[in-house]
Amino acid sequence: MNNVFVYCEIEDSIVADVSLELLTKGRDLANQLKCDLEAVAIGYNLKEIGKQIFPYGVDKLHIADDKRLEYYLTLPFSSIVINLFKKENPQVALFGATSVGRDLGPRISSALVSGLTADCTGLVVGDYDDPKTKKNYKNLLYQIRPAFGGNIIATIVNPEHRPQMATVREGVMKKEIFKHNYSGSVVNINVDDYLNDTDFAVKIIERHIEANKIDIKKSSIIVAGGYGVGSKENFKLLFELADVLGGEVGASRAAVDAGYVEHDRQIGQTGITVRPKLYIACGISGQIQHRSGMEESAIIISVNNDPEAPINSIADYVINGNVAEVLPKMIKYYKMNSK
Amino acid sequence: MKGLKIIVLAKQVPDTRNVGKDAMKSDGTINRAALPAIFNPEDLNALEQALRLKDKYKGSTVSIVTMGPGRAADIVREGLFRGADNGYLLTDRAFAGSDTLATSYALSCAIKKIEPFDIIISGRQAIDGDTAQVGPQVAEKLDLPQVTYAEEIISVENKIVNIKRRLERGVEIVSSPMPVLITVNGSAADCRVRNSKLLMKYKHAKTVSELQNESDDYIKLQKERTYLQIKEWNVSDVSADKEALGLSGSPTKVKQIDNVVLQAKESKKLTSDDKDIDFLIKELVENHTIG
Ligand SMILES: Cc1cc2nc3c(=O)[nH]c(=O)nc-3n(C[C@H](O)[C@H](O)[C@H](O)COP(=O)(O)OP(=O)(O)OC[C@H]3O[C@@H](n4cnc5c(N)ncnc54)[C@H](O)[C@@H]3O)c2cc1C
Repeated sequence: MNNVFVYCEIEDSIVADVSLELLTKGRDLANQLKCDLEAVAIGYNLKEIGKQIFPYGVDKLHIADDKRLEYYLTLPFSSIVINLFKKENPQVALFGATSVGRDLGPRISSALVSGLTADCTGLVVGDYDDPKTKKNYKNLLYQIRPAFGGNIIATIVNPEHRPQMATVREGVMKKEIFKHNYSGSVVNINVDDYLNDTDFAVKIIERHIEANKIDIKKSSIIVAGGYGVGSKENFKLLFELADVLGGEVGASRAAVDAGYVEHDRQIGQTGITVRPKLYIACGISGQIQHRSGMEESAIIISVNNDPEAPINSIADYVINGNVAEVLPKMIKYYKMNSK
Repeated sequence: MKGLKIIVLAKQVPDTRNVGKDAMKSDGTINRAALPAIFNPEDLNALEQALRLKDKYKGSTVSIVTMGPGRAADIVREGLFRGADNGYLLTDRAFAGSDTLATSYALSCAIKKIEPFDIIISGRQAIDGDTAQVGPQVAEKLDLPQVTYAEEIISVENKIVNIKRRLERGVEIVSSPMPVLITVNGSAADCRVRNSKLLMKYKHAKTVSELQNESDDYIKLQKERTYLQIKEWNVSDVSADKEALGLSGSPTKVKQIDNVVLQAKESKKLTSDDKDIDFLIKELVENHTIG
């Protein structure tokens, strides 16, 4: 009872990275709160799903396996989770900040009258003194998130209501196997206890979902381009540099909006979060919404013709120059020096 | 088919996208007063979807519902200028400090007063919070199905709405019975601009509070032209429970606010000269960052 719960998103029998990242965070929180970590998996053909989930330190896995649940649908999925939470009373419940988690989370929080914080960038256990009631709360979940368009960072708590719910974007937390042979118990949910026909009022007529083709998150070197790259043509230089360095190409929103590269490469608050060994920012000014997705990179190089560009203040190396001139030189000298 | 009754939920927000230098105070905090108040961008996408349904299905009506301070009546007017038929402003001190849950409760109380309706449309999220929670929470409170991340409301046939959703890696087409709540993505069609005839017609649309400072003649004129009345509702008008509103109705509390401070690193300054680039690459190869 009162454990930490993580909702696991599943597509094509594979647990989403964001869910595994949350399991890693959930394990850490459960250790601090001295409770168990439980996971919820809803879908179809989930007999083997535990193999992917238990190594992240899950003590109990709740499975709802039914043909009708092959694809995410708001009403049946929320109905199952709401009923499960009513029974289990989690103290913390985490969801991916994806189109699924952001559809499901609010529905659940409304039904359970519990607080939900979207797009957290940090989850920390701590105490809270209510300034009005003077009541002291131990071991709450601090839900830390950028607010106001990323211009401030807010720490949110839910003192009285349970579960304390939060969504987190993919790539924000680190994914780490807890123990390869960690084992927990499986509880099979009898879905008919929780569902009725009206839950299937919304029907999926067509579905075209592509597998994650570009996955720059795993790359240890990222060459990212912004609006200052100037054209789709110039972006080829970034692909060339990334190619010789064995890295991937990322982008700012302005570059994506300008159509220079596909949206999958967008880094930042409304894109993905990366923390590579090396981040080369080319023609990126470094607005807060972009920085929040890359500032934990180990080494940052900024190539910018404006010496005052905000990105320069978090860069380890600042190259004052033009992208089209600097990148070919980087490629040339890398080829000369790397052998 | 008889016309659809459509409700659009819209919010007035500070324009957080343009937090320029004058919006930051010297101590690093935000000067909210320096930010223009705008129609939340995705709510405009929502309005456009509503107006397209109105164009397509004769006899349909579009009502704007907004919650906020008195000046949020601007949102209703803006909606009228673009093609909405009427609007409601929920305004009361008791609403202040509401988190998404308390906000959705207030909105759901108002919607119950407006019933019956066929479709509620809102933007996916507001740019001052980026939570995307209010839509689904309103749907839950009204016990409605919800369709989020909509890019296009394709058609309405036999009381069934067909909707295209834009997800991270693709699209999904779903059908839902009415009534339903739909939230619309920024990837949907842009909203049409103001219509000059409607601008003339609704320029003087006002709430009761806004009329207070006007002359008697003006008020008399307003009374005759009922279409100029923006309905203004407070907590008791929508029969809401005060305890479920504002701070007391909000499970989430803000513990702390920190300003985003740039921690300047010691950076090495280089130029685009060959020797500088050569130096940089050598250093990165030597410390095994690359190579
Ligand atoms: C709610 C919200 C969410 C957002 N989410 C994101 C997000 O996830 N990711 C994101 O990136 N942004 C996001 N943004 C947008 C963000 O605020 C910035 O607008 C965006 O990051 C700017 O991109 P940029 O740096 O490429 O463009 P600009 O700000 O236009 O900067 C271009 C830079 O290129 C330099 N430059 C120009 N020409 C050259 C040249 N020839 N050689 C070298 N340098 C040159 C310029 O000096 C400048 O520094 C978001 C905004 C909002 C409001």
